[in-house]
Amino acid sequence: MVRHRRPGIRTRIIVMALIATFALWGATAPAALAAGPIKIGFGMALTGALAGNGKAALIAMQMWAEDVNKKGGLLGRKVELVYYDDQTKPATVPGIYTKLLDVDKVDLVVSGYGTNVIAPAMPIVIERKLAFIGLFGMAVNEKFNYPYYFGIMPTGPEPLTDWSKGFFEVAMKQSPKPKTVAIAAADSEFAQNAAAGARQNAKKYGLRVVYDKAYPPPTADFTPIVRAIQATNPDLVYVASYPPDSAGMVRAAHEIGLKPRMFGGGMVGLQYASLEKALGPMLNGIVNYHFFVPEPTLKFAGIDAFLKTYQERAKTAGVDALGYYLPPYAYAYLQILGQAVEGTKSLDQKKIGEYIRGHEFDTVAGKVKFAPNGEWAKTRVLMVQYTNIEGNDLKSFEGPGHRVIVYPEEWKSGAVVYPYEKAKR
Amino acid sequence: MFSFDLLLDVVVAGILVGGFYAAVSLGITVAFGLLDVVNIAHPAFVILGAYGAYVANSRFGLDPILAGLLGMPVFFLLGALVYRVYYTSFEKRGDESLRGLVFFFGITFIIEVSLLLQYGVDYRSVEAAYVGETIALGPIDLPFRLAIPCAVALALTVTLHLFLSRTFYGRAVKAVSQDHLALRLMGASPVRIKALAFAIAIATASIAGALLIMIGPVEPSVGREYIGRVFAIAVLGGMGSIGGTLAASLILGVLESLTSTFYGPSWALAVSFGILLLVLAVRPAGLFGR
Repeated sequence: MVRHRRPGIRTRIIVMALIATFALWGATAPAALAAGPIKIGFGMALTGALAGNGKAALIAMQMWAEDVNKKGGLLGRKVELVYYDDQTKPATVPGIYTKLLDVDKVDLVVSGYGTNVIAPAMPIVIERKLAFIGLFGMAVNEKFNYPYYFGIMPTGPEPLTDWSKGFFEVAMKQSPKPKTVAIAAADSEFAQNAAAGARQNAKKYGLRVVYDKAYPPPTADFTPIVRAIQATNPDLVYVASYPPDSAGMVRAAHEIGLKPRMFGGGMVGLQYASLEKALGPMLNGIVNYHFFVPEPTLKFAGIDAFLKTYQERAKTAGVDALGYYLPPYAYAYLQILGQAVEGTKSLDQKKIGEYIRGHEFDTVAGKVKFAPNGEWAKTRVLMVQYTNIEGNDLKSFEGPGHRVIVYPEEWKSGAVVYPYEKAKR
Repeated sequence: MFSFDLLLDVVVAGILVGGFYAAVSLGITVAFGLLDVVNIAHPAFVILGAYGAYVANSRFGLDPILAGLLGMPVFFLLGALVYRVYYTSFEKRGDESLRGLVFFFGITFIIEVSLLLQYGVDYRSVEAAYVGETIALGPIDLPFRLAIPCAVALALTVTLHLFLSRTFYGRAVKAVSQDHLALRLMGASPVRIKALAFAIAIATASIAGALLIMIGPVEPSVGREYIGRVFAIAVLGGMGSIGGTLAASLILGVLESLTSTFYGPSWALAVSFGILLLVLAVRPAGLFGR
């Protein structure tokens, strides 16, 4: 006779407890996962040529994450930024985004700073059908035509020409009317796009291009380039350059006594406090693009509070002290993404993409609405003229009247002083 | 577009920038040309020198060139220390070829990251009354921003040349590059002589950095832009030749300037490196090499 031993009471309790534990774990597991953070991944230039801007952008993005988390996060979940240094090198970008998506399992991605690192992320983004907002990309979607790409840079629906449109429009309204233009651009994706747009604008306004050359980014001295430009005696000089080159170009122009009727256009770096300080009065008279300046005509909800916090943090981080250029837009593109997540109540990439396409967003950089090609529906590339700068300190740039908005009409805060020779004084 | 005045201006601009290239390349000529130490971290030391000048200028109001000169003893000691580590860890064991290269790569990154952590990534520049001023000599415009670095670089080159050719230690440095054993038989320690020479090479980075930050704003990684150019100059001039380094720097500066102005800046580097290849094909030891 086989005797079956019935399980003891202790064994039964243990088994019941285990079953209950598994049952509870099963019931709560999805909830626990749902309570995990929403991860937003990106590469950012934290070293390399554009690190100055990249780090400033990162501070703004961290400020957004903190602000959102203070209010309870998105969809009731905290927000976590997952990022890697792209070293300002396009070659690092595909690896970074693959890791973000496959290893870190981020929920959303946004771009790093600049055309050169946005473009190499596009094939991955397109392949995986992700909604993607690019930070200061110049005509990135021109060839991809991807429906869920959006660019946070106020260039407008025709980015190539919108970028320099203001420079040429302002010049063509002056007397005597300019007839010739010189175009100098760095040999890089952004600058070449800007130069291509400038050529189209020059053609549109019937200007003869008398100098049109690219220069390699590691250029130590710009005096030969400026001398070559001077030798062609152009009425306008349009420059598309990166920060150290912009400083070199302005210094060389000042030293050689370059005398066009208007000078500037697409010089990156003149918006940074450090270069403004370094160049000081040499900037007087230059007409260059900008995206935000503290002029009375340009006030957006939340921008003052944002800049105040940013400027505090910038002191210890060793980044752009004023933060007028990139940081508001770095905050704004996450604001748009956050509003789209809340608006769709999901992390579905298609829904988010469609939502961004169809809505207008309130951001610290003003109202943003996108055109079908993902660029801003309406251009807001400001042309500002540097005036009344007397010293090499930040006080010389404080308050309105030093970067006068001369274009577009809607935001204009003063009239352009023409020609450059007169404005320089 | 062509005019004699423009040509003159462009040649002078090339000489000025060439002089600056010489200041940056002298350290490589000594370390790589004379000592056979592939110090690819030299441009990073130059950036360190630039930040030294920046700190002295912004905090204490010191003239950048004076700051560069005052920084030289510190850089000399730093160079002696780096060589000691390099010698003990790699050269002594015969591991210097590849591992030594990695060591200097490492030093480059350490310098860059240290500067990043300390000063951030913003562009830094110096202030001096003469930066931004230009003097006109007939048809030639001489920007002080370039003329002063060129003059300082020439003075540095002459000083280094005199040291190497007229002093006991200078001759010993030259001897160590030619025959270790013979030097040892003369009772001198090749390791000590090499440490001295390497320290001098690094000391030049202090003044070269000060000149660099006078010419334009710097950020921690900007030194990478100069690695190719300074090695090209050292090779073109003839390994270990101080006069050759100056000549090669001036040739490259003038060629770049002429190409930039009359043909297109994109071609400037290509033409310079093309000339380097051409010279090496005819004279494999470089212009002044033996």
